Amino acid sequence: MLDPRIINELKGIVGAGNVATDMAALICYSYDATQQQFLPEVVVHPASAEEISRILRLANRELIPVFPRGAGSGFSGGSLPTKGGIVLTTERMDRILAIDQENLVATVEPGVVTEQFQQAVEKVGLFYPPDPASLKFSTLGGNVAECAGGPRCVKYGVTKDYILGLEVVTPTGDIIVTGGPTMKGVVGYDLTKLLCGSEGTLGIITRIVIKLLPLPEAKKTMLVLFDSIDGAAKGVSAIVGAKIIPTTLEFMDGRTLDCVRQATGLQVPDAARAVLIIEVDGDREFLDKQANRIAEIIAPLGVVETRIATTPEESEALWAIRRAVSPSLRKVNPDKFNEDICVPRSKVPEMIRKVDAISAKYGIPIVNFGHAGDGNIHVNVMIDKKVPGELAKAEQAIEEVFKGALELGGTMSGEHGVGIAKAPYIPLEITPQTATYMKALKKALDPNNILNPGKIFLDS
Amino acid sequence: MAKLKDLEELREEIEQCVKCGACRAHCPVFGAEHREGRVARGKIALSKAVLDGAVGFDAKVVEDLSQCLLCGSCWAQCPNKVPTEEIVAAARRRIAEEQGLSSFGKGVAAVIGRPKLMNLLAKTGGALSSLLFEKLPENSGLRLRFPAPYLDAGRTLPPLTSKPFRERVPEVIEGAPGQPTVAFFTGCGINYMYPAIGEAFVKALQFLGVTIIIPKDQACCGLPAVSAGAGKTVEQLAEQNLEALNRRPVDFVVTACASCNAGLGKIYADMGPEFAELAKKTQDIFVFLASHGLPEKLAALPKPTRRVKVTYHDPCHLRTRGITKEPREILRALPQVEFVEMEAAGTCCGLGGTYSVYHYENSKKIGAKKAGFVAASGAELVATDCPGCIMQLQDSINHAGGTQRVVHILELLAEALPERPLSP
Ligand SMILES: Cc1cc2nc3c(=O)[nH]c(=O)nc-3n(C[C@H](O)[C@H](O)[C@H](O)COP(=O)(O)OP(=O)(O)OC[C@H]3O[C@@H](n4cnc5c(N)ncnc54)[C@H](O)[C@@H]3O)c2cc1C
Ligand code: SF4
Ligand code: SF4
Repeated sequence: MLDPRIINELKGIVGAGNVATDMAALICYSYDATQQQFLPEVVVHPASAEEISRILRLANRELIPVFPRGAGSGFSGGSLPTKGGIVLTTERMDRILAIDQENLVATVEPGVVTEQFQQAVEKVGLFYPPDPASLKFSTLGGNVAECAGGPRCVKYGVTKDYILGLEVVTPTGDIIVTGGPTMKGVVGYDLTKLLCGSEGTLGIITRIVIKLLPLPEAKKTMLVLFDSIDGAAKGVSAIVGAKIIPTTLEFMDGRTLDCVRQATGLQVPDAARAVLIIEVDGDREFLDKQANRIAEIIAPLGVVETRIATTPEESEALWAIRRAVSPSLRKVNPDKFNEDICVPRSKVPEMIRKVDAISAKYGIPIVNFGHAGDGNIHVNVMIDKKVPGELAKAEQAIEEVFKGALELGGTMSGEHGVGIAKAPYIPLEITPQTATYMKALKKALDPNNILNPGKIFLDS
Repeated sequence: MAKLKDLEELREEIEQCVKCGACRAHCPVFGAEHREGRVARGKIALSKAVLDGAVGFDAKVVEDLSQCLLCGSCWAQCPNKVPTEEIVAAARRRIAEEQGLSSFGKGVAAVIGRPKLMNLLAKTGGALSSLLFEKLPENSGLRLRFPAPYLDAGRTLPPLTSKPFRERVPEVIEGAPGQPTVAFFTGCGINYMYPAIGEAFVKALQFLGVTIIIPKDQACCGLPAVSAGAGKTVEQLAEQNLEALNRRPVDFVVTACASCNAGLGKIYADMGPEFAELAKKTQDIFVFLASHGLPEKLAALPKPTRRVKVTYHDPCHLRTRGITKEPREILRALPQVEFVEMEAAGTCCGLGGTYSVYHYENSKKIGAKKAGFVAASGAELVATDCPGCIMQLQDSINHAGGTQRVVHILELLAEALPERPLSP
């Protein structure tokens, strides 16, 4: 319990209605999509950078940890108040401040929901490509803090590729501005890029300046069923090798398809052991040509069936298989660990073989799907926690998966971040010297270790 | 015996929530107020904490649990199909047991009985005066929806009718031989506020030669009582309705109210085998009409030169259960109607059982969004399939200064059908 004096001071800053210490509120801000729970001591809902600045100054004076939170949809525990203290939500900072159609730049507050922003810019013919699967509910602030990615990133890149500048409250309460609305800018360090993916440990983002693109005229979706994962992987290399970068190149492996067959009525022929969903976008006339070209390129690679959508409804039907994956996995096994390793594109088949071997070794099902186009594989370790010993086996298997990815020149996380979930594994990927460099930054900027302590690095 | 589930029996469902947050995109209450306690995920976490003894039903917990329309929008989109509306309703029953009905259902005596009182109210006049209101049956959902002391002066309400629908019609209306027999479950809205919808229902079924049974002793479906946490009342109403509807053999039990349809078709379904049987026989009027050849018959009617632009609002209690096509199919087939789809036709109107009474501000916010979509559609009329939605939508449109009128599709249908005598 925080001193009532401190609570009153917080109320003075953001207004009494925006400070909550009752159990109901503490419970409601204790979790995220990792399903772990830590109770904070107080939840505050500020409305401006100035208010956040005052909260951080107070927190530094009283040495109370502060945990920034967007929608709480994170997969690595970044927003969890692991040490009690203050949960600081951006739920009230949800305005789109400007959409500059002359310069193709927008300015938003961090609490804006990704899809709402996309819809707003699409209404005026513009386009914000990053499309995490959580886009209907995650916030842009959370997307920047995690550097979120999605299926369209093959062609368009990840969140950080669209962030031109930020307004940030530093861990000690200063308000700073990084970058700006220009397409170029090299004055000083590139703090914008540093803050993208910093998981709320280096500052609280209060304003985001975003680069926009013209909205592509149309898109075309195709679903290709292969008789082996190798065929699908070769398909990816062949498409990219032919100098075609599709908007989306999603894959699902054989085990994933088994789950979908088992849990849904969707039509997936038995001969299919892998699937690619390929989407291309651009001018209408050019799309048919590109889709046909792709079909030609992959034809010799063990294609069982190709389905091409010509209407938005048909495209939806093709995506239904992909969307059915998560719920079907759950029907097959109640608990899953969803890791999001990323390897060089050409190494996807080798990585899948490694995962299959790990799965066999521990005798637990592991299914793979994800963004083949950029080597980002969602490795889902499926267990039933209630069965004794399964949890320990899963943890060992996950560590081997990480090691396997690193051996291939990959990374433990392509988009979900480290948070607390992957913090124990950091030494596998980051050398002590690199870690020291990173921690020195954190220490200099946050001497009291107030902002999101215990995230990314265990001992911070 | 009819029996609703206790919160503990929903533990497994509660544990299915993976805290993904997807419901934040679909919950109308969260849309009106961005606080985690307002969204399904928060309410589930609170219910779990209550089950685990981590928290009691403190004022703030009760407040969050009261902030739910039971609309099922979250459930419809939840990857794990967590039935938040059932969980919240069960939590409210626990609260009512512990603290009395005061939290959600002030003004309701949870006692059943005295059903004949309804007939008294009719004779005295039309307006919704509190005096008149006292004469509604104690177990009618309308009482829960409009406990007189809670009514906001600015709310538009339809007048209570001077003669309830079920008093206007005989209990049995014979149809043509070879046609099915249906029981008409009217619900309170049609019986006491919108008898014209009931008359339109009869006209439509007579047009098809269907035999109609309108049991006099049917009662409220109990959905507002579900919302209020009045579990006993729900169970007693379910028993009474089962008896009334089973007295004569019927092929279908047909409703023209989305809430009643969900009451009989969904809430009752888990109460025992006889109730599951009843739930199976329950059909929405447009599902019935569409599968009994009405669209083809409508196509044969002459088309007037001037047609009226009509849009459709999906009641949550039909939409979340997959009934979206048939009402549109009938609407489109009407000769005098030019159908236009509005944006977000499938979002909640904001009524939510007893919700709008206790949270009129949020309810108005949710309704205002809807009124905006109605205006943008360019429609002159909004048609829907639920008296509750009609009332709420009209109130929202009036507050927004709109001129559109809200009607039941059946009223438009009755207008299009050739005249026929009402009684056998
Ligand atoms: C079903 C589902 C699908 C998902 N799919 C994807 C996907 O395809 N790609 C992907 O990349 N991720 C995905 N995610 C993960 C998650 O949605 C993203 O990481 C998202 O960016 C988190 O946003 P949020 O608003 O929920 O942030 P939160 O979870 O609330 O916070 C995430 C991190 O950001 C920090 N933070 C939040 N706001 C600020 C701010 N204003 N300033 C500084 N720090 C801040 C928090 O402290 C925390 O460390 C998915 C999650 C779910 C549940
Ligand atoms: S209720 Fe469903 S949608 Fe909402 S957080 Fe839980 S699992 Fe996700
Ligand atoms: S039932 Fe409706 S109001 Fe209640 S939590 Fe779900 S979406 Fe929100």
